[in-house]
Amino acid sequence: MGAWATRQRYLIDFAALSLWRHGARSLGLWLIYVLVVFVVASVILYGAAIRREANAVLDAAPDVVAQAMRMGRHEMSTGADIEKLRGLRGADRLEGRLWGYLYDTSAAANFTLQVPSGFDPRFRLERGEAIIGEGVARLRKVEAGKMLFLISPARRFLKLKVKQVLPLGSALVSSDLVLVGEADFRAFFDLPAGQYTDIAMRVRNPAEVGKIAEKSLLALPGHRMVTRADMRRTYEAIFSWREGVLVALLSGALLAFAILAFDKAAGLSAGERREIGILKAIGWDTGDVIGMKLWEGAVVSVGAFLAGTVAAYAHVFLFSAPLIEPVIKGWSTLFPRVTLTPTVDALQVATLGFFTVVPYLAAILVPIWRTASADPDRVMR
Amino acid sequence: MTAPAPFRASTPVFRIAGGLVAAAIAALVHVAIAPGEAARLEGERALVEALDLTDLALFTEARYGRHRSQADLHSAFQDGPMLAEHFPAGSMVPPARGFPPAGFADGEGE
Repeated sequence: MGAWATRQRYLIDFAALSLWRHGARSLGLWLIYVLVVFVVASVILYGAAIRREANAVLDAAPDVVAQAMRMGRHEMSTGADIEKLRGLRGADRLEGRLWGYLYDTSAAANFTLQVPSGFDPRFRLERGEAIIGEGVARLRKVEAGKMLFLISPARRFLKLKVKQVLPLGSALVSSDLVLVGEADFRAFFDLPAGQYTDIAMRVRNPAEVGKIAEKSLLALPGHRMVTRADMRRTYEAIFSWREGVLVALLSGALLAFAILAFDKAAGLSAGERREIGILKAIGWDTGDVIGMKLWEGAVVSVGAFLAGTVAAYAHVFLFSAPLIEPVIKGWSTLFPRVTLTPTVDALQVATLGFFTVVPYLAAILVPIWRTASADPDRVMR
Repeated sequence: MTAPAPFRASTPVFRIAGGLVAAAIAALVHVAIAPGEAARLEGERALVEALDLTDLALFTEARYGRHRSQADLHSAFQDGPMLAEHFPAGSMVPPARGFPPAGFADGEGE
């Protein structure tokens, strides 16, 4: 080991002993430090992961959804509307979607009833068959092969045999779905043939989405066009807002901690000043004293940053963020068991690291430098 | 026989730091390999495409929260004209300034 490294090792020895001497106080501050980093890092990691997940899945959403409007409110689209759009060049897969809500009194939850698109044979359903989401299966305690009974607000009865439960991994988009055949859907909601909830459209060339939405609006002036970019923006806004609300709620605690940490780091007690005076008197130079104190600060702050961030990672990605979930969840009885793809935004974590470590070291530096550069005799008195 | 090395206070510090760094590296490796994640995400995307889904099933507490991107501006009062927004999801979601696409008369949301 070189002379420099040996010297630093001795300084770390001394810093560690100093922390050990202050035992409970050092540990208490450190644990609070870890907790603060843990909470902030959890919010950051969860936010980044759910945005990424939302972006990835909404990437496969329809390019344009056309919704009929009447007197400013949502209205059913008709088969004639779909025919009007069929002539548009560039519009690829075009179909009327059938979906609606059902408040299920036995589970006290809202289900989304939907007729699967006819394009994928895996989701073809006969009369009396259903495919359900993970949340519906959990709340109604049914599994594939069992029966599911639904009652409409108009007291119509629907008896369904569960053909399949959608995989848990897709719960973020499918948790509350009850997929039924078109005939069952129309009979259950008393919906005449030729009426659709809205119209979903896929566009062959992504660069033409805006143009096609524009042309669709000309073809169907009473409709509203929701593009995929709108859907993405909606969720971006929701997550930014909620993350912001959470951070705003936390800011009081963060400030309180900042004051505590600053006070602890910056205010030297008489004992500490005396200790520095003695070190100077027995031959330490100013650089050694500052080096030792910086090592002490680095052990505390870097340690707290690493421990807090790693704990937050485990909280979010191994345990599905049980502490953040209530904020997202609200009163939903049917909340998906969200699995998030582990992802770490290097810039965000680096920023967190910077704001955890650097201000703490900076707060230490000035008073130590002032004490260490003064005359030992004066400091010890 | 050599005498045991003298205790140095930096040794436990290095051990703890080593443990924390190892845990951080383990987390990064977990991100990199993410067991089964690519297949799960692909399955989820395929489902969205097959069913023409537009929204995340996160806010199921009220009808107008479930499909946020499809809801209209009247949705906050759709349970009754005197009923202000009362679900947590609604109170914590910002107003949809992207709608209507033509913008608002007061020029907000542009």
